Amino acid sequence: MADEKFISIEGIARRYPAPGGRQTTIFEDLWLPVRRGEFVCMIGHSGCGKTTVLNILAGLDAPSEGVVIVDGQAIEGPSLDRAVIFQGHALLPWRSVLGNVAYAVSSRWRKAPKAEVEERARQAIATVGLAGSEHKRPAELSGGMKQRVGIARALAIEPKILLMDEPFSALDALTRGTLQDEARRVCLERGQTTFMITHDVDEAMYLADRIVLMTNGPGAKVAEIVENPLSKDRSRTDLHKHPRYYGLRNHLIDFLVTRSRTFRDAPPEGYDPRRPPVVRPGEEVSSEWRMASGDAAEPWRLAGE
Amino acid sequence: MTLNLRAGIVSLAILAAFLLTWHVGTQGSGPTQAMDPEYAKLMGLTATTGKSAMPGPLDVAATIWGHLKDPFYVKGANDKGIGVQLAYSIGRVGLGYLLAVLVAIPVGFLIGMSPLMSRALDPFIQVMKPVSPLAWMPLALYTIKDSGISAIFVIFICSLWPMMINTAFGVASVRKEWLNVARTLQVGPVRRAFTVILPAAAPTILTGMRISIGIAWLVIVAAEMLVGGTGIGYFVWNEWNNLSITNVITSILVIGLVGMTLDQALARAQRLVTFPE
Repeated sequence: MADEKFISIEGIARRYPAPGGRQTTIFEDLWLPVRRGEFVCMIGHSGCGKTTVLNILAGLDAPSEGVVIVDGQAIEGPSLDRAVIFQGHALLPWRSVLGNVAYAVSSRWRKAPKAEVEERARQAIATVGLAGSEHKRPAELSGGMKQRVGIARALAIEPKILLMDEPFSALDALTRGTLQDEARRVCLERGQTTFMITHDVDEAMYLADRIVLMTNGPGAKVAEIVENPLSKDRSRTDLHKHPRYYGLRNHLIDFLVTRSRTFRDAPPEGYDPRRPPVVRPGEEVSSEWRMASGDAAEPWRLAGE
Repeated sequence: MTLNLRAGIVSLAILAAFLLTWHVGTQGSGPTQAMDPEYAKLMGLTATTGKSAMPGPLDVAATIWGHLKDPFYVKGANDKGIGVQLAYSIGRVGLGYLLAVLVAIPVGFLIGMSPLMSRALDPFIQVMKPVSPLAWMPLALYTIKDSGISAIFVIFICSLWPMMINTAFGVASVRKEWLNVARTLQVGPVRRAFTVILPAAAPTILTGMRISIGIAWLVIVAAEMLVGGTGIGYFVWNEWNNLSITNVITSILVIGLVGMTLDQALARAQRLVTFPE
């Protein structure tokens, strides 16, 4: 059970005082379980409070109501168990690449000897393919390389949870692609529990095991949790050849274009924010085939091949 | 020809034109009207030959050379070499400035980090900042009862404000994402102050320190004219009383050179802590 609800967001809300003594509710009654080792992407329009949710998970912000439980413990402020990859990379510009990563490592293992700190930092830098650039300053790096350092810094502290706030949105398309590949590879290799905010549908489809759809704010809620039906060994280049690809993509786009608004204003019959419906779009395409094979447990794995 | 070389040539040309004008302007205009020999004796050469009391560049050069040959002589209380006087002034500025650094940077940190203290101390700073540091002089003389230390106090008080305000501003405007990095890494407050806030605010703090040293050097001349005894400010006033305009001009040049050196030293320090983004 702990693995099923490794992270458990339980009824959190965020409200800000508004003029006239009233309150603006960004989101409320937000419930979401995240499994251990799972890659979850949260998608929603600006203003639905995605970044606030991530900041609450990071411990940088506190919910107005509700709690978030991680591995059996309620979050009370930031922790080295939860590493954040910031949207704007947030490297310390007066430190070298090695210095930035080593800063995180020495914060994690305070009493570790200098040589060990450096060794761990170098390993993390090598993991993101930046070996040889250890002594460069952030200003000498391209946007993609800076974000790689951001990833290395987060990975170096071996967090239980990796939190990413639109980490690739400021990069050009080519760099974004390679970094998505790297992120997916590293997270899969490590079995890293990851929570990522994005507004890029294709990014979510490629990276996420499950995609959380947020309705529009104010008063946003989790509308649906979409199980990614694409095979686990998917690659970025042949993603679109997958038989479920268009079903999934259409579902997500359709949600963002219309349902994110209508869902909030008129939720479907029987909608319970505590248990957001789990959907697996593109299912109907191959339902016939699945019935024939009799394998309902992992239909996407068979359908993909 | 590089821009620097061309600029250098223009500078030299301006200098030459200035020296030439100065030289011509201070030349004697021949004998003036005849006067009673007794009276002429009384008035001295400058009045009788029509030569201006204002020295020419050559006179000043000769005086500078004289000072350079022996800058550190001491021949009694009112006759010390210009090097000795400068050393007194630099010593006072150094001491007052150092004390100001020790107070301004911690207090600036406090103001920058605490919105409460920032608001609470703001009225005091706003009132104290525009006060001419020399206005403190009587109070300092009365309480400290030592003119030398009073001068140091005046330097302290005038160096304080720019450093304090800049430190507070630099600390308050450290990028939130850098602070968030420290928070997510659970860095303690002391380590955060030294590893994130100080390096991030250092360029702004150094700007304040540079402004302060400039003001301190401006103020020391006036302060020493008031307290007397030693220092380059006293030297200027003493030479005015001696009607030695050559020495006054020499002092002006020396004061400018020392001020420039102090400013350049801090500019260099500022470059060391500035980081490209």
